[in-house]
Amino acid sequence: MSANDPAAAFLTEANELLDQVEQALLDLDFALDDRDLIDAVFRGLHTLKGSGAMFGFDQLAGFTHHCESAFDRVRKQLSPATRELVAVVLAAQDHMRRLLGDTSAETVAAGDAILERLRAAMETSGTCEPALPSSRGWQLTFRLPPEAMANGTNPLVLLDELRALGEAQVVALTDQVPPLGELVPTECHIGWSVELRGDIGRDAIEDVFIFVMDDMELTLEELGALPTEDPPGTDDEAPDRAPPASDPGSARGRPANDGGVPGKASDTVRVPAERLDLLMDRVGELVIVQSRLSQLAQAGAGAANQTLHAISEDIERLAGELRDTMMVLRMVPVATLFGRFRRLVHDLARDTGKTIELSTEGETTEVDKTVMERLADPLIHLIRNSCDHGLETPAERSAAGKPPAGQVRLSARQAGGEVIIEIRDDGRGIALERVRARAEAQGLLQPGQAASEHELLQLIFHPGFSTAQQVTSLSGRGVGMDVVKRTIESLRGTIDVASTPGLGSTISLRIPLTLAIIDGLLVRVGTARYVIPLSAVEECIELSTEEDQRSRGRSLITLRDQLVPFMRLRELFSSDINPDTHQKIVIISTGSDRVGLVVDQIIGSHQTVIKPMSPVHCDVAIFAGATILGDGNVALILDVAQLLSLGQQQEERLRAVA
Amino acid sequence: MSASILTVDDSPSLRMAIRIALTGAGYVVTEASDGLEGLNKSRGTRFDLIITDQNMPNMDGLTMIRELRRDPAQCGTPIIFLTTESEESMKQQAKAAGATGWLVKPFVPDQLIRVARKVLGR
Repeated sequence: MSANDPAAAFLTEANELLDQVEQALLDLDFALDDRDLIDAVFRGLHTLKGSGAMFGFDQLAGFTHHCESAFDRVRKQLSPATRELVAVVLAAQDHMRRLLGDTSAETVAAGDAILERLRAAMETSGTCEPALPSSRGWQLTFRLPPEAMANGTNPLVLLDELRALGEAQVVALTDQVPPLGELVPTECHIGWSVELRGDIGRDAIEDVFIFVMDDMELTLEELGALPTEDPPGTDDEAPDRAPPASDPGSARGRPANDGGVPGKASDTVRVPAERLDLLMDRVGELVIVQSRLSQLAQAGAGAANQTLHAISEDIERLAGELRDTMMVLRMVPVATLFGRFRRLVHDLARDTGKTIELSTEGETTEVDKTVMERLADPLIHLIRNSCDHGLETPAERSAAGKPPAGQVRLSARQAGGEVIIEIRDDGRGIALERVRARAEAQGLLQPGQAASEHELLQLIFHPGFSTAQQVTSLSGRGVGMDVVKRTIESLRGTIDVASTPGLGSTISLRIPLTLAIIDGLLVRVGTARYVIPLSAVEECIELSTEEDQRSRGRSLITLRDQLVPFMRLRELFSSDINPDTHQKIVIISTGSDRVGLVVDQIIGSHQTVIKPMSPVHCDVAIFAGATILGDGNVALILDVAQLLSLGQQQEERLRAVA
Repeated sequence: MSASILTVDDSPSLRMAIRIALTGAGYVVTEASDGLEGLNKSRGTRFDLIITDQNMPNMDGLTMIRELRRDPAQCGTPIIFLTTESEESMKQQAKAAGATGWLVKPFVPDQLIRVARKVLGR
């Protein structure tokens, strides 16, 4: 996307506006008389129409105009909001999304049916008595008490609160600002005069000033009626007057539930993601060069070196801060992702005839943008699974003594360098005997072979495994659980499932916050050095010489009464240097499986910028990437998931022999 | 950056209720169990908001507010004072001591979050 193409910028903004409208509509479905939500829908549609016409999206503007008119009537309390209206406008906003990219005649014609439904919905809803005409607005002037700012009152916040009530024209009164010599920096010398338009009660304004009411100067006068507007809800075609220019920054980039503040200049800057990636890459390079510099400084001696050392430490600190700032720049709250699922669940409930309530928690948790984009598909699949297989129909639920509405709970929280996302449902749980029967049919388990509950549950991630009796329109197609697991592991994350029959199941995903930098354990095998992701390292133990001799042929070590398979990396990498006398074993795991890696030396922990492998080497599965060490050499980063599956295969072979 | 809030109260259960409500709204919460500890924890740093109760051992809320307002480094730090319906005069005393606003106990989490948003503007 070019950075200065307004139409492209509009497309991004339009999608955000539509998201906000959708959220507000979904909320409105549960609270039909919530004025804030009705206003939010109206504002979103209004901005979309205005900006759309400005950037040449005439079909979109024409179509949106009808929905806007309908909501204008609801906003003015000339018509009530009904569930049918919400449903029609939801369908309408899907159509608007299509119109953004496709204005072929048939797409445009498809809108007519929706408009017909809209007309019907508005007619059947009847019109309610217009509310008592209240004030059309206020003219207020206020001056804060002199000590207000020192005591923590922020006048800008008060002005924002006024803007949130309605359309506000704010003028600062600077007539009482003293000459510079007499100015007290902590006192508030400025007053404000605000013209506030909208249907606002006096108490709403007084609420804004509740904490400073007693000592402030405040005058409130009612305004006369607004200049007449077009009568609302006229059914003429696309508007023939110039659309009002939309407020810059009105209701943009904010969650729909905070109501947006019209007219407030937005203090966010949009930056194309690829520029961030470029910057991240440069910061990564800087971190690498900085570690080379600090090695150089530590190696030298003498007075000149003292200076070099000091400079190196400064650069280390700055590079570290730069790296942390950069990480935060790419972070986005998961709220945008969770928002999409409400619609998904709404539609799933309709298609399956179940009653499903989705609750979310921890929407403010932030993850790297790329991580979030790659999480969308697996999460959609997991939620579908919960709704389709997990939750029962209302009749089944009542029979089982549960409330008829099924609950799906989506939560996110940060724990250390990871984010944990859980999808929990209170449905029937996973039937272990069905999993078992299916696994035996597919030859994954021998009949009668012992398997723990945990092992059985892990089987659902096997390719081609599905316990769905028949393929419904929802589940059992497209991605399977194995693809979900693969995607999560490609993000260096883990997936785990727990289930209680009759009470529901929980799927938890643990995903590192960022893809670009990992904490690693630097090890040496022969002369080469490798990095093992620290998050997967459980413990390091010594491989004694007799243990080494004893385990030739069968690479299993006893660790606290459990047999853990281990691999000699020197054999894996065909290193022909004689091993060190004291080899170490690094035990790695992801959740359930464990495997040991025999290395010559453990050098220490090492924060690493991940570089992708070259196209020539990218299909070498056991390496996840490469990094450059402080001395300029390359170290390869081991892919934990691949090594674990290798270890498992080896163990199975050994068990088969035993 | 999420706003950081210091909550000063001698009742562990109330502190916990406040912490849960505010962290749920995305704020970062630090706790202190009386005015003196609150004063010490705000030395050398600046919280975006301080929420304090009145009756506490070692130092009460009003004294802590006066002390904070004497410190030029805390000029303009918003302070919310917790009071009860029966202590109408307390609001005035808190205002005089330099509190930004007040919240009447008992309150529900939503009221607390609303007041925090109102004062912080985010």
